[in-house]
Amino acid sequence: METETQTEIRSATDIVTARQRGRALALELGFNGADVTLIAAAISEVARNIVDHAKKGEITMAGVHSAQNGGKTGIQIIARDEGPGIRDVAQAMQYGYSTRKGLGVGLPGAKWLMDEFDIASEVGRGTTITMKKWRR
Amino acid sequence: MQVPILKQGDYLIASIQSVLSDSDLVQLRDNLGERVGTYRSRGVIIDVTVLDVIDSFATRTLRAIAHMLRLRGAETVIVGIQPDVAFAMVQLGLTLEGVGTALDLEEGLAYLAMKTKRTPVHGN
Repeated sequence: METETQTEIRSATDIVTARQRGRALALELGFNGADVTLIAAAISEVARNIVDHAKKGEITMAGVHSAQNGGKTGIQIIARDEGPGIRDVAQAMQYGYSTRKGLGVGLPGAKWLMDEFDIASEVGRGTTITMKKWRR
Repeated sequence: MQVPILKQGDYLIASIQSVLSDSDLVQLRDNLGERVGTYRSRGVIIDVTVLDVIDSFATRTLRAIAHMLRLRGAETVIVGIQPDVAFAMVQLGLTLEGVGTALDLEEGLAYLAMKTKRTPVHGN
């Protein structure tokens, strides 16, 4: 169960690979169909963010456990890149805000789909997004 | 993986067979834009039943296809969006505004029949 998968993101086709691995892992962790789709969609958006803004990066996914509420199981997805970084994270997280070609719904959308969402970014160094969803 | 496009009378049916990459979607857009002219099609059905996720890029591209084809004189209807996929789209705040949608192929054909009905022109 403690499988961890890592996917290099270098082009748009890797978005599909990351999504499929995330789907498989979520199923393995016992998520229901609707949640599996939400998780896959969130992975798609953070992977796309890497392709659009950083060119390359990686997505690591693993099962996680929390001792809270008598122990719960979830999935953790970490999207890391060494791209230009985000100057204004609060602005980037605003719905409809887009620097370039997107709809500006990717990152805020991913946040809505997941239970926990954290973004750390440093200009010139890169961006790391950590997100979790717990099994209901 | 290329999406096969079938000609059915006045309509084109693009039946997506597997998960698509971004470039497959862009290819589909270009192919449809061209074929609508070649076959003088008046309606296009895009069957997305097999798609496991319709994310922001896919939504934007489907919307672009529908609007582009309307400028070419053809109506587009997207059919087969699965319930979980629709739910995730709603959660992401994605809409297919201004684009026809229908439950399945059959409903899609009915939608196009209604939308592309020619009204006879009366004159001398």
